[in-house]
Amino acid sequence: MLKALLQRFGQTVFVLFGISVLVFLVFFATPGADPTSRIAGKNASPETIAKVRQEYGFDRPLPVQYATMMKKLFITQDLTSYANRGEKVVPELIKAAPVTLSLATGGAVIWVVVSILMGTVAAAFRGTWIDRTLMAIGLIGISIPVFWLGQVANLITQARYHDTWLFSWVPALGYVPFAESPVGWFKALIIPWCTLAVLFIGVYARVLRSDLVTVSGEDFMRTARAKGLSPTRVLLVHGLRTSMITFVSLFGMDFAQLIGGGALLTEVVFGLQGVGRLTYQALSALDLPLIMASVMYSAVFVVLANALVDVIYIFLDPRVRDGR
Amino acid sequence: MAGDAPLLDVRDLCVSFRSGGRDVPIIENVSFTVCEREILGIVGESGSGKSVTAMAIMRLIDDPGVSLRGSVRFRGQELTTLPQKAFRHIRGREIAMIFQDPMTAFTPVYTIGWQIDEAIRVHERVSKSEARTRTVRLLGDMGVPDPERTANRYPHQLSGGLRQRAMIAMALSCNPALLIADEPTTALDVTVQAQILDLLRNLRTDYGSAVMLITHDMGVVAETCDHVMVLYSGRVAERGPASAIFTQPAHPYTAALLDSIPPLTGPRPMRLPSIAGVPPAPLERPPGCAFAPRCHYAHDACSVLPPLVRFAEQDVACILPGEGKALPPRILHGAEA
Repeated sequence: MLKALLQRFGQTVFVLFGISVLVFLVFFATPGADPTSRIAGKNASPETIAKVRQEYGFDRPLPVQYATMMKKLFITQDLTSYANRGEKVVPELIKAAPVTLSLATGGAVIWVVVSILMGTVAAAFRGTWIDRTLMAIGLIGISIPVFWLGQVANLITQARYHDTWLFSWVPALGYVPFAESPVGWFKALIIPWCTLAVLFIGVYARVLRSDLVTVSGEDFMRTARAKGLSPTRVLLVHGLRTSMITFVSLFGMDFAQLIGGGALLTEVVFGLQGVGRLTYQALSALDLPLIMASVMYSAVFVVLANALVDVIYIFLDPRVRDGR
Repeated sequence: MAGDAPLLDVRDLCVSFRSGGRDVPIIENVSFTVCEREILGIVGESGSGKSVTAMAIMRLIDDPGVSLRGSVRFRGQELTTLPQKAFRHIRGREIAMIFQDPMTAFTPVYTIGWQIDEAIRVHERVSKSEARTRTVRLLGDMGVPDPERTANRYPHQLSGGLRQRAMIAMALSCNPALLIADEPTTALDVTVQAQILDLLRNLRTDYGSAVMLITHDMGVVAETCDHVMVLYSGRVAERGPASAIFTQPAHPYTAALLDSIPPLTGPRPMRLPSIAGVPPAPLERPPGCAFAPRCHYAHDACSVLPPLVRFAEQDVACILPGEGKALPPRILHGAEA
């Protein structure tokens, strides 16, 4: 167990190192990305430029600059932004993380529950109108752009019907910390959650349905029926459990991606100051420290989510247990 | 061996699938009986309809285009019209089934013991621990070493032979009166095959079960079965007591199958005789005898479908005995002759 943990930790460090070097080099190789002139401002005198260059250490060799940045990011945690002078990057990220975490987790709960329901029901009624209707709904979900859906949801709940009994409970756009008011947190996030979940429900329901259909042709499903089990039990206990393996690996990737800032569009539409939005701001301002911090943050989460998926695998599939 | 009333009485069973707008007959007018504690071998090449017959009896074919005709009576109860819900009480409890490939026949994510417990608990109201006790006993009876530990293992951790033993243990968990074994030894190596056949042979004394053994291997039949039914292209070619069929096959197809078993004694042939050609596809069956195109004895009269006629101890779908030109008894090599 300890060995596995250490191994995982070593992998994480390695991944973080690789990504950070890549981000660093790409940044300095980008034309027009030289932070000196941007920090010093337009039409700055050569003396100012030289001073800034010296102050920020841009005159030193790249490996030294890299090491300094890593030290400031991970050890002293006082890495400051290039775009907004004096703004510390790590607290920014720490402030944004819970927003994204809440958004992604809540959305994930909804999409997992609904897509398992939809996929299983569709597979159980394979070939009937129920199946076709559910899959058509899924396809619509996949096809709707999330920013459009978000805007429409806002239009309905915030403007058009906000004053009716149906949507008067919807708070203004923005995030309410869970610690401040759990109910407020829930109210503020339920519509973003659903919006975020729609796309994934479509994808996951279709994947699960096709897995269930494939698995229903397997020998062990025939054995289960030959034992005299009810069709429901055969489908849920033998089929669904076995089909969850693809579902889980897909989930690990998507969830990590969302936590790492992949929910940018949803965050923007619903005015949530999350990691996605932060990364977007950093990128549009070519703010290396902030880019670096958010990339590191999402890399950590991708690695963590993968570890989580591995654990679920071990739980789901005994064959994996022995393979280790 | 045979009791008075047959345990399973299949009459004129026809199964056809809808494909490309027409019904493709897979098996046609198959009739046979299985008595209590009897072992019936169903033999035929791939595609002759052996497995479909078994699946049709168990009503496990869930293709929407399938149509079943004929009658299947189990202890006098008609199975073909029984509602699915009532049928579930028969499956596993009265008629159990084991399959060809023990590698894929268990759900990979549950332990062997869990799956056998499940089979017991679905039919009988017993506690988990009672079910497990029975599971362990069954596994032990089936010759599984260290049954308690084996019950807690997952299918992939066991060898093919052990899995097939576990499969048989599961099938026997509710003391079924009839066990349908669909090529239970095909996927196993020869030594394990012999052990599993031994096991099946002893079921009638140890568990009082009749066995319907589906195989393509005449050698397996010779070792195991009381009665034999030879299927060819979805029709019964010959059916009767195993001893009679092995000494004097009346259908040229049966004779050809027997010729393809390597002799145990005497000079070894350079090449085993094989039957030229392949069985016809269901849609291309000739109107007469389906075996005629591959038969040495085929003549004009074979273009009419031959009815099953009584010959010696068996029933045969061939006109040769009726024409007084029955095949000669087989010369058996060695001590048996």
